[in-house]
Amino acid sequence: METTQTDPDTETTRPADNEAAVGVEVEGLRKSFGDTEVLHDINLSIKPGEIFVIMGPSGSGKSVLLKTIAGLETPTKGRVTIAGHDIAERGSREKVHMALVFQAGALFNSMTVFDNLALYPTEHRLHGRKEIEKKVMDALGILSLEDARDKMPSELSGGMKKRVAIARALVMEPQLMLYDEPTSELDPIMGATISEVIADLRQEVGLTSIVVSHDRDLSLTIADRVAILMDGNLLAVDTPDKVRNSDNPVINDFLNPVIDVNNPRFKQKKAAS
Amino acid sequence: MKKQVTEILDDVGSAAVLVFRSMAYTPKVFGNWNRFIEQCHLIGYTTLPIVAILSFFIGSVLALQTGYALVNLGGETFIGAIVGLSMARELAPVMVAILLAGRVGSAITAELASMKVYNEIDALVTMNIPPERMLVMPRLLAALAMMPVLTIIGNVIGWIGGAVVCQYVTFIGVSTEVYFQSLKSVVTFKDVMDGVIKAEIFGFLVILIACNTGLRTKGGPREIGSSVTRAVVVSLITILVLDYFITRALM
Ligand SMILES: Nc1ncnc2c1ncn2[C@@H]1O[C@H](COP(=O)(O)OP(=O)(O)O)[C@@H](O)[C@H]1O
Ligand SMILES: [Mg+2]
Repeated sequence: METTQTDPDTETTRPADNEAAVGVEVEGLRKSFGDTEVLHDINLSIKPGEIFVIMGPSGSGKSVLLKTIAGLETPTKGRVTIAGHDIAERGSREKVHMALVFQAGALFNSMTVFDNLALYPTEHRLHGRKEIEKKVMDALGILSLEDARDKMPSELSGGMKKRVAIARALVMEPQLMLYDEPTSELDPIMGATISEVIADLRQEVGLTSIVVSHDRDLSLTIADRVAILMDGNLLAVDTPDKVRNSDNPVINDFLNPVIDVNNPRFKQKKAAS
Repeated sequence: MKKQVTEILDDVGSAAVLVFRSMAYTPKVFGNWNRFIEQCHLIGYTTLPIVAILSFFIGSVLALQTGYALVNLGGETFIGAIVGLSMARELAPVMVAILLAGRVGSAITAELASMKVYNEIDALVTMNIPPERMLVMPRLLAALAMMPVLTIIGNVIGWIGGAVVCQYVTFIGVSTEVYFQSLKSVVTFKDVMDGVIKAEIFGFLVILIACNTGLRTKGGPREIGSSVTRAVVVSLITILVLDYFITRALM
């Protein structure tokens, strides 16, 4: 890693401290790969400082939606604006600071855990070296990862990679956090910790968070609103209570699947088709 | 057929965009100094042994062939000139470029393709760290810095290889002095420079093709392998086809 010469007086402060939290608008969003449309006309309005949870069966398009919001996939139709900036425009990344926790972590495999976390503040010369080290160790501490600081990603378990990815996003101190299934692969305690971290960030710095998750505890306790995405359509966008007590049988079955050994689902499907 | 043509055009177009985007970050090389040095080490230092060995043997076999052809005609005094010119103008730059494609280009494509497939590139983009700045620019500049060094070392070792053969192969029996005299009387500074220019162009293109192919990889781990193959094949074709035109232009 290269050295940063940062004068303590001119040290850049974290974006989230001095900039208001950002809202996200998704308007008429469609996304196709080749001939198959994966997202059908999605409209969402996420308020600044909100914790917005997206739930849905696997393959329903949650990751694609998240990547499109992050500007990593270009919409086939419609647009995504964050704090008023169209994310498809070059240069919008200078204006909105976001972090995305990828489903599989997406750690830099050629760097140690420490360097993974230190890359962003170092590249953007946000703090002096001492300060960066402190922030990195703090983030590792929150996720109980101090011992992993000098390990390479290949030496970590799946759950540890996920935690490092979350720690890496924390160090970025963004205005908008996107999490793709942050608690899958984690044990229940660690899952609860992540939920607490997400809720705490909103309280401390008013961070806007969009969380894709199957974790019912996480969704129903910390979410301000929950969206249910099925086959690329939004079935519901509402407060956790309303979604939980929805009278839509599809949503009900998704949130509270009953395991019926005598009438298994996979046999029902066969009979229907 | 139509698909292949659009694919080639896509490759060329994206490579052109990549050149502009990454070279626009050239002033940032000092902020990426460690990466630049690391790439120089990778390109220069690790390729050097194989460049040395191969150029020695190419120089030797060139002397052997020309010696075999010329000795009976009484032309042994030309051996130095022929080996000297061929190495400097043609064989050293082409050989270094081919080794670069096989040794370094393939590794770069594999690394970047794996970063792409495992979302590391996407992670860089969301961090607002352009991959062109962090990954491509230092490699292109390192290629420009190291190709002249490798080529000139290849020249010198190739010339020495020729001298050794001339001296010790009995049916040739040209002394080292005569050999180098002949070489010096023909090979000019411009010949060496022409070779270096060639090497610069080849080296730059090889690394560009490697980076571009790697970053354009789509799909899963299996595609990493096919990207590497593709990058090496495209590099070799580019080197050999372009060689003619650059040679012609430099005459
Ligand atoms: N790059 C891609 N190319 C083609 N199809 C894709 C691509 N990414 C995702 N898909 C398809 O989009 C659909 C939604 O995928 P995804 O968003 O990953 O689902 P999930 O809700 O489980 O995260 C799937 O049917 C998947 O096959
Ligand atoms: Mg997913």
